Amino acid sequence: MRNGRIRGPAPGEIMTTVTTPPAAGATGSPSGADRRPGRPDRRDRDSRALTFRQKLNRFDVKASPYFYIAPFFVLFGLVGLFPLVYTFVVSLNKWNLLTGPGEWIGFGNYVAELNDPFFWNSLFNTVSIFLLSAIPQLLAAVFIAAILDQNIRGKTFWRMSVLIPYVVTPVAVTLIFSSAFDEKYGLINNLLQSFHLSPINWKTETFPAHVAIASMVNWRWTGYNALILLAAMQAVPRDIHESAALDGAGSFRRFFSITLPSIRPTMIFVIITATIGGLQIFTEPKLFNPSSAVPGGPQRQYQTTVLYLWDMAFNRQNFGKASAIAWLLFLIIVIFGVLNFLISRRIASTEGRLHKKRTAKRLARYQSGGGANGGNSTSGDRSDSADAIEGELAIAAAAEEKRA
Amino acid sequence: MTATAPRVRETAKAQKPRAPRRRALGIDRRPGFLTYGILIALFVGGAYPLWWSFVAGSSSSSVLSSTWPPLLPGGQFWTNVAQVLDTVPFWLALGNSIIVSSVITLSVVAFSTLAGYAFAKLRFRGREGLMVFVIATLAVPTQLGIIPLFMVMKQFGWTGTLGAVIIPTLVTAFGVFFMRQYLVDVIPEELIEAARMDGANMIRTFWHVGVPAARPAMAILGLFTFMTAWTDYLWPLLVVPQNPTLQVALSQLQSAKYVDYSIVLTGAVMATIPLLILFVLAGRQLVSGIMAGAVKG
Repeated sequence: MRNGRIRGPAPGEIMTTVTTPPAAGATGSPSGADRRPGRPDRRDRDSRALTFRQKLNRFDVKASPYFYIAPFFVLFGLVGLFPLVYTFVVSLNKWNLLTGPGEWIGFGNYVAELNDPFFWNSLFNTVSIFLLSAIPQLLAAVFIAAILDQNIRGKTFWRMSVLIPYVVTPVAVTLIFSSAFDEKYGLINNLLQSFHLSPINWKTETFPAHVAIASMVNWRWTGYNALILLAAMQAVPRDIHESAALDGAGSFRRFFSITLPSIRPTMIFVIITATIGGLQIFTEPKLFNPSSAVPGGPQRQYQTTVLYLWDMAFNRQNFGKASAIAWLLFLIIVIFGVLNFLISRRIASTEGRLHKKRTAKRLARYQSGGGANGGNSTSGDRSDSADAIEGELAIAAAAEEKRA
Repeated sequence: MTATAPRVRETAKAQKPRAPRRRALGIDRRPGFLTYGILIALFVGGAYPLWWSFVAGSSSSSVLSSTWPPLLPGGQFWTNVAQVLDTVPFWLALGNSIIVSSVITLSVVAFSTLAGYAFAKLRFRGREGLMVFVIATLAVPTQLGIIPLFMVMKQFGWTGTLGAVIIPTLVTAFGVFFMRQYLVDVIPEELIEAARMDGANMIRTFWHVGVPAARPAMAILGLFTFMTAWTDYLWPLLVVPQNPTLQVALSQLQSAKYVDYSIVLTGAVMATIPLLILFVLAGRQLVSGIMAGAVKG
């Protein structure tokens, strides 16, 4: 349906015109001047006249795109989609790591997990650590990006310097911070004591442990996110700043009235990626306290959901329950994602009014290009079809605006 | 970054009278000491934990319990290195990590470029729908499929081999999306048409038009894929605990009953060195890659 509407002449047809000069005249003439009644359709005539080479060429043109994208879809099906679906199958059974599938119990594993305080505990820990890392991180990243957005000397050097933590792997980060947060000999408690403050039980109390784990995430990712936000800030035209300054806006006013609103879409992007990553945190809580027998703290003070899943599957060897946890977490991530999407669309639609004119213009151009494709030159048609996705987006945006 | 840097220079050249006015208005003014103070603090905050682990890793563990942390490294680094090499198979793990990350990088870049080129520049039925599918899979946490993947690896007897680490990450939806976004603007339609008219078939066109144009994006994608593969921990921990990658070996340093932090930190420093070298060689590309990805994505 959709394709039919936006499609120009297919590449195969263009190629035939190129390789067979006699046919080109027939294809090229727009009217039916040389078309006598009862004469077979142009397309049929072409295929009758095709040589083997041309058939090969047509096959090449038609099939190649599918061959190019096939590796992705085949491999993704095998290592991405199939495991997710099969996880669901496993989750409906009693299933042990060693003895294999047991009896079919429907949603029994889900019911058991939803009634298990350890599951809710892990979820609480995950969300708590996520919030403790996402919010300060975003604020700090905006601040750092604003600092870097100035006309500083040695730009590249400073940009690279905020990225240093990113090259330290999470395992190494955790080892380093785990030793710094050590309760007896750690760097941080030593410092606290030298200021005559009482040491903090970083590895046995819930909230301090969450702060410690969040600090690892923050340390590694803040600079990375600051660079993403910096790129968005640099995309704001300097002229806007200039005219605002002419109207007497100071640098703080310009930051809150120009910079922040313009980087909002990028901030949403950062939040979404941080959410997907943050809800799957594993390495940091796993390695934070090596002397704890239970992964995630003696009383599971910082056992996150993926860590709980890992413990369930490979220590307690209950694959059925672990798969149920995986699917519950998957649903939670999807819900978070949809919420993010809805909120961001809300924000975007308030901004959308500004783009209305541009959208309408693009829509008009796109419809005239795709609707009447007979009169256009080949190259014009091609670029229009290349815009197809953009055109679809424009239509969707226009429909959205109409509804609103 | 690549887009803005020339623009700033152009305005400075073409519109000379404007720059002083901007400066007078307070735009593009050279910032003061406060800014550089903050930047230095950020640099120290980013670098100090690494420096501190080097200091701690080159001292005996008794130094760690002193009230004020020492600022300069001690003389024990090589002794501690020797102990790390005794405790875990460091060289094997390093070799494994290099093999795993390189193979994954080559595969992801090759398949992503091919698919991204098709999505960006070729027309075929169902293109838009399939692209939407790819974008949707970006949000799917594939990490949650570890249980069936583990069962499959076990079934085939692949656990313990590097193949088990490599196979699940041979393609990424992000790679396809990234290459498509890059190629859609970069290759002019005329170039592809010209190649086709000269008689090149589809794959030759891809090879002689698509790949050269894609090279900068391929480098960035390769860099980030390498980093991601190198830092992966959960999956290698499951399938190759006895034939470890570097991250797994590193984590095994502290699994002993008594944790000697100076040894652990020496290991952390040793494991960070390869990526630090990469950072020195390609840090600039990392920065521009992150910034380019932001505007595109």
